[in-house]
Amino acid sequence: MIRDITLGQYFAGESWVHRLDPRTKIIVSLTYIVALFILHTFIGFAFAAIALAVVIALSKVPIKFILRGLKPIFLIIVFTFVLNMFMYKGDPLWHFWFLTITKQGLYKAVFMAVRLVLLIIGSSMLTLTTRPISLTDGIESLLKPLAKLGVPAHELAMMMTIALRFIPTLLEETDKIMKAQQARGADFESGNILNRAKNLIPILVPLFISAFRIAQDMAMAMEARCYRGGEHRTRMNAMHYGKSDAAAFILTILFVAACVCERIFIA
Amino acid sequence: MNITGKNKIIQIKGLIFDYVQDETGETKRAVNDVTFDIERGSFTAIIGQNGSGKSTLAKSMNALLIPTEGTVIVNGYDTTDEEHLWDVRQSAGMVFQNPDNQIVSSIVEDDVAFGPENLGIDPEVIRQRVDTALESVRMGKYKKKAPHMLSGGQKQRIAIAGVVAMKPQCIIFDEPTAMLDPKGRKDIMRIIHDLNAEGITAILITHFMEEAANADRIIIMNKGKAVMDGTPREVFMDRDRLVSLSLDVPLAVELRHGLAARGIDLSDDIVTEEELVEAVCRYM
Repeated sequence: MIRDITLGQYFAGESWVHRLDPRTKIIVSLTYIVALFILHTFIGFAFAAIALAVVIALSKVPIKFILRGLKPIFLIIVFTFVLNMFMYKGDPLWHFWFLTITKQGLYKAVFMAVRLVLLIIGSSMLTLTTRPISLTDGIESLLKPLAKLGVPAHELAMMMTIALRFIPTLLEETDKIMKAQQARGADFESGNILNRAKNLIPILVPLFISAFRIAQDMAMAMEARCYRGGEHRTRMNAMHYGKSDAAAFILTILFVAACVCERIFIA
Repeated sequence: MNITGKNKIIQIKGLIFDYVQDETGETKRAVNDVTFDIERGSFTAIIGQNGSGKSTLAKSMNALLIPTEGTVIVNGYDTTDEEHLWDVRQSAGMVFQNPDNQIVSSIVEDDVAFGPENLGIDPEVIRQRVDTALESVRMGKYKKKAPHMLSGGQKQRIAIAGVVAMKPQCIIFDEPTAMLDPKGRKDIMRIIHDLNAEGITAILITHFMEEAANADRIIIMNKGKAVMDGTPREVFMDRDRLVSLSLDVPLAVELRHGLAARGIDLSDDIVTEEELVEAVCRYM
């Protein structure tokens, strides 16, 4: 079962959105998030939602799959909603003991919840349509200009690449250690939280040792294959912007312009 | 004899390597005064027990370890010469024991490209080399797969492809089959022989005698010293020496020895099973 885990929440596909350069998708997603904070009316949000719906339709990712990604965040949305609803001062709609719901509070609560949902779906479109490894390449390439300022762009990307590569390996290792400890009578299932946490120590210690051993082997294998940091390094899959990327950028600029107009002209 | 050593890919002279024990600062001698040359295009097996110094010897040939004393010259470059460090590593690639701990990327073809990318080769050329390297280990159709979905033998083939894509003249295999099942082991051995047939010098570090049987030359390591050196026939025939080094003796040799002990003398130079069968038939 551990062999089948998917990394992140990538949804394999060959759509127009999937084929965009990862850098384009990162920039567009960040712009979308910023734009959501420019908007200040429900008309604006409706517009942003339509734009997002178009992207979803183009990406051919099933709605169900997207909504599933919302599940872990659901509690946060509800919490924000409730907090906003009760904390806002204004014309009371409903009153009980110390709790008051105001008209402005309700408006604000719905407003924030919609913004949050759009924000999460918008950013998850990036991870749904981009392989983690391309995402890493994209981040490296976007950070490269900052390397002159001392940002270790290549090192960060290499760390992410190796981390992605070793998640399944370390999971397998954990599984192996757990079975070995269980075979010797370790109990991971009973007792209160404190006891269970304590029982994890016999897993964590060998896991750490094994991770260090792997890291040492790995460093040696990388050196043997002439790895010497990011300098003089070329990439097999050099990224280049295509026509689709240009189209995506133009649409994004139009979208931002529309958002700015909304801010200025709609009261 | 070629005095300039042009047809020698690796020249080891008086190699001594001491490990420093961390806490005490004491040193332990892993390789003790080893001298030999490796011919270009040859297939050499280095055999020894655990702790015989064979792995240390392998890492010295790739400049991962720098000799305490003596010299190691790879493709004309001294491994102590910092300036040519990358030439040494590009000339003599290395495949390690654990396939999991030498694969860098979560996509097969990206991993194979890692070496050539480090060498700063043009993207189109890398693409070409990756495809040929994957074909040469018969993993072409797995190039978009994730390594953790593959079997141990397949992962080791990917690791070999990663080295082949760097176009080394020589590949050092450091116990590449130790963690594999019998099928994976057979596949890897076949690929090593194929690569050798294509002209890559192969150095196989192992503790399985049977893997060494088809090599051109066997060097046996014991307690840091190269104690035997010769063709498989020469090495295998010296049964008593192998036994005293607690190494496996090939079945045919052992059987001939057993028969001799019972008064059935067959010719002394029987090494392979075919020769044994023939000799037994002739005897009867």
